[in-house]
Amino acid sequence: MIDLSLVPDGGLRWLDASGPMANIVLSTRVRLARNLAGVPFTGRGSEADRRRVLADVDGAWQAAPLARGGVRFLVDELEPGDRLLLHERHLISKELANAAAEREGASHAAIYLAGSAGMMVNEEDHLRLQVFQSGFALTQAFSEVDRLDRALAATLPVAFHQEFGYLTACPTNAGTGLRASVLIHLPGLVLTKEIAKVLQGLNQVGLTFRGLYGEGSEVVGNFFQLSNQTTLGKAEDELLDHLGKIVRQVVRYEEQARQVLLRDAPTIIEDKVWRAYALLRYARSLSFEETMNLLSGVRLGVGLGLIPALSVYTLNKLLIFTQPAHLSSLGMRAPRDAEQRAARAAYVRGILEEEAARPA
Amino acid sequence: MLCDNCGERPAAIHLTQIENNNVVTMHLCEQCAAAKGVETGASVAKFPLGDFLASLGKTAGGEAAEDAKGLACPACGATLQDFRQTGRLGCAECYTTFEPHLRDLLRRLHGSAQHVGKRHAGPAGEAPAAAPAAGAPAPAGPGVVELREQLRRAVEAENFELAAELRDRLKVLE
Repeated sequence: MIDLSLVPDGGLRWLDASGPMANIVLSTRVRLARNLAGVPFTGRGSEADRRRVLADVDGAWQAAPLARGGVRFLVDELEPGDRLLLHERHLISKELANAAAEREGASHAAIYLAGSAGMMVNEEDHLRLQVFQSGFALTQAFSEVDRLDRALAATLPVAFHQEFGYLTACPTNAGTGLRASVLIHLPGLVLTKEIAKVLQGLNQVGLTFRGLYGEGSEVVGNFFQLSNQTTLGKAEDELLDHLGKIVRQVVRYEEQARQVLLRDAPTIIEDKVWRAYALLRYARSLSFEETMNLLSGVRLGVGLGLIPALSVYTLNKLLIFTQPAHLSSLGMRAPRDAEQRAARAAYVRGILEEEAARPA
Repeated sequence: MLCDNCGERPAAIHLTQIENNNVVTMHLCEQCAAAKGVETGASVAKFPLGDFLASLGKTAGGEAAEDAKGLACPACGATLQDFRQTGRLGCAECYTTFEPHLRDLLRRLHGSAQHVGKRHAGPAGEAPAAAPAAGAPAPAGPGVVELREQLRRAVEAENFELAAELRDRLKVLE
């Protein structure tokens, strides 16, 4: 088992819900894709290439002021459960988590973390720099990832093309290499059936949406990741500005939808959120999907002020720690599904009891 | 979980609605959802790269694509065929090797192939070629004469999207 206490805040500082609009926008992530010049991209590189990338990047990271006090995990040395744990924390992609197995322990893939900044090495691109922030904080997240990028670029030869910009393994990332995304909770739009319209609208304005775990993941618990689809032809601040404008609009729609629900179906909504709370508080067996949906209901209740004595931080924490690898890491080794459901229910109960006992 | 409607295919779309004051959740497969007119992410947000790759050999520059079939990147050995299969390029040099195809692809993916954002300020002693100010035409870009010629060809080929872009670029240059 890795010792995540080595990681500042366990890489989960964004859970504290301190950022703007943290009730609806859980977190903001900005990542930059970069590759080293003169070395084949990870997918085509040899083991020696990957080793060299890791060595070069490691040196650059150590020299970056932002990296002080940070940690590094070599994916090849992690146990499968720990890889999953980092993935559940959104710190590494599925690709990176699977890289070690696919390359038989010679992936030379790594994850670096320092505060809210970090990077994946030998993912699809040599470098994926990323910053997480609580709430809706695009500018702040970009300025931090930009600082890391500048620090690394001072010592690393980066693949850059005068016309096409930063070169990436997949042409969908070329140019700025920038993907900014917000994790947003939209139960109001789902309940009022407006969501399909909103999601379709996103597509028309060059944005895209994904599920809780990013690319290829399903939408659970009404959590959506909204991000820019194009990366080339617009400057970084334009891309961020555009995404920011649309996200603010989606938040406004969501708030309107919630008001409509409160106005037109107050009893249904109140009943729904308290039922969700009651199930989480007293159930003896909870599947992951059910937990996500109930957390969504309770979160809506907290947002509407219907459930007063529950913090967004607690809701965020439950979202992360009820995932399978997290339950295992809490000593709740549960190989069988039924046991894991029971363990999940016990964990949720414990947290909610604790919160309820706390004087308001 | 199987689709509530056909009971055959796995449910991919989970639709929660309020009907007559009851919250109803339906689990549908993509086909049934589409048949019911449910606009889902799956139906609207299909990743376009596959289509683009498939059309690489057919559209503008199609003849060149045929010519380039045997072309391999001198740096990493990747071919256009490899790219079509994996959707991933082999190395940075591939962008130069397959430049005409990629310019076309990038334009269709992003609406533009001209990077205007941050430029890499290389490590000391390895300064990149003089970077133009944002918005200014790239020094390596085509000149007015060449753009006019491209515009003429684009109009001839009835590729009006490209023509519009070329016209805008000409406007900036002139």
